[in-house]
Amino acid sequence: MIRVNNLTKKFDDFTAVDNISFEVKKGTVFAFLGPNGAGKSTTIKMLVTLLKPSSGQLAINGFNVLEESAKTRDSLGIVFQDYSLDEELTAYENMYFHSVIYGVPKKERKDKIDKLLKLVDLSDRKNDLVKEFSGGMKRRLEIARGLLHEPNVLFLDEPTLGLDPQTRNHIWDYIKKLNREKALTVFFTTHYMEEAERYADKIAIIDHGKIVAEGTLTELKNKTNAHNLEEAFLSLTGYDIRDENISSIEKMRMQRQRWKK
Amino acid sequence: MEKIEHEIVTVYILWLRQIKRHFRSKSRLFMSVFQPILFLIAFGFGFKNMYAQAGQGNYIDFLVPGIVAMSVVFSAMFSGIEVISDKQFGFLKETLVAPISRFSIILGRTLGGATVAMIQGILVLLISLMIGFNLVSVFGLLPALLFMFLIALSFTAFGTSLATFFTDMHAFPVIINVIVMPMFFLSGALFPLEGLPSGFAKVLNFNPLTYGVDGLRGSLIGTFHHTIGFDFLVLGVLVICLLALGSWLFSRIEG
Repeated sequence: MIRVNNLTKKFDDFTAVDNISFEVKKGTVFAFLGPNGAGKSTTIKMLVTLLKPSSGQLAINGFNVLEESAKTRDSLGIVFQDYSLDEELTAYENMYFHSVIYGVPKKERKDKIDKLLKLVDLSDRKNDLVKEFSGGMKRRLEIARGLLHEPNVLFLDEPTLGLDPQTRNHIWDYIKKLNREKALTVFFTTHYMEEAERYADKIAIIDHGKIVAEGTLTELKNKTNAHNLEEAFLSLTGYDIRDENISSIEKMRMQRQRWKK
Repeated sequence: MEKIEHEIVTVYILWLRQIKRHFRSKSRLFMSVFQPILFLIAFGFGFKNMYAQAGQGNYIDFLVPGIVAMSVVFSAMFSGIEVISDKQFGFLKETLVAPISRFSIILGRTLGGATVAMIQGILVLLISLMIGFNLVSVFGLLPALLFMFLIALSFTAFGTSLATFFTDMHAFPVIINVIVMPMFFLSGALFPLEGLPSGFAKVLNFNPLTYGVDGLRGSLIGTFHHTIGFDFLVLGVLVICLLALGSWLFSRIEG
């Protein structure tokens, strides 16, 4: 479903993603782990057509991501690390907007939106403005929105960051259900190791832009002689605290300032 | 065919979003009418006698088209700058990863922003009529609306183009103070273009807004400095250039 070959992304002299390759099979849940600044979000941005790679090949659902971006985008559902809702619109309006730009047929829009809002328990709040929502409600709405056009692959970039355990479990139960019933392929990043342990079929760990280990939970534990994923993760990526990840927009701004001088 | 239909409804839904957002933001609705009306009252009544004594006629009538242009320009710029807030709040990404062309995105946004700016301009014009503005003829309204729309389109596209260079809203006051204010003050919105010092007049002739204000004033009160055709031509070319520039800059945005 997802195939990445020799993918590299450079920002000036900084190599954010360094010649990585991996494959995600249809209907599986794939966890993409790494410390802050390891290259997780940059990789996702390239997969979802927001960033152009410096080199390498990407294929999703059989489409060449770089050449068939519209078809690729059709196959993707995305939940970004930061919220991407229009807070001045209601939950229903956000969903409706999405259904239009993703070309969901007019006749099906209302039913699909109602069904998904019900699934994430937001039916009774559908006509409220999103700016009145809590973090968990916004996340649930984003997940519902990401599924509205029935994507083949769902990308989740730290989808449960800052949510309480109840909401996290609730969201994951739902994602797993879709994964089982509709063979939805799921690609996610997280800092919660237990999420990866519990839900991922396969795990890849990236550090300094390179994939340092890849396999099932058992394989990773055996490889590092660890009892759990956190130990395996730390033994692969070390104990140093990393600088906070800066966004590519910020990087662009820094480049521009440098250029001005 | 299906593809084209999809792009058209995309433009429509982006347009609708701008309109909804505009009418939901009461403070913005108020501010974008308040400031032009303040200018109209302060300058209009302040300079009325002086202007009449100089043998120029009714200053309020002269001023209203300039103030209407001002309200259109500021609202239009604000819509353009909304790209920055969409970047900040993440919503821009939602549109950028959708299976739609970048051109449809900018077209929908620009038309939405321009419509909002037109509505503000019309509101200010209506209030002016209540204050005592004398329209030369109702037939002048049609070309006046056309000039308002061209001003609105060009400044929304201009605002969008500028917005692609910034990542946070703090840039907004800077853009207004350094670019929009000088364009407004040096456009003949507040004073006649006749008999200006020649160097100063050159600066004004270089400012595209001068032609927008002249076209609007000519349509509303019947006195052009340039001709309606020339004003229309300058603005038309400007709109095409800025839309092209905006689309190109917008297409280069990376998430």
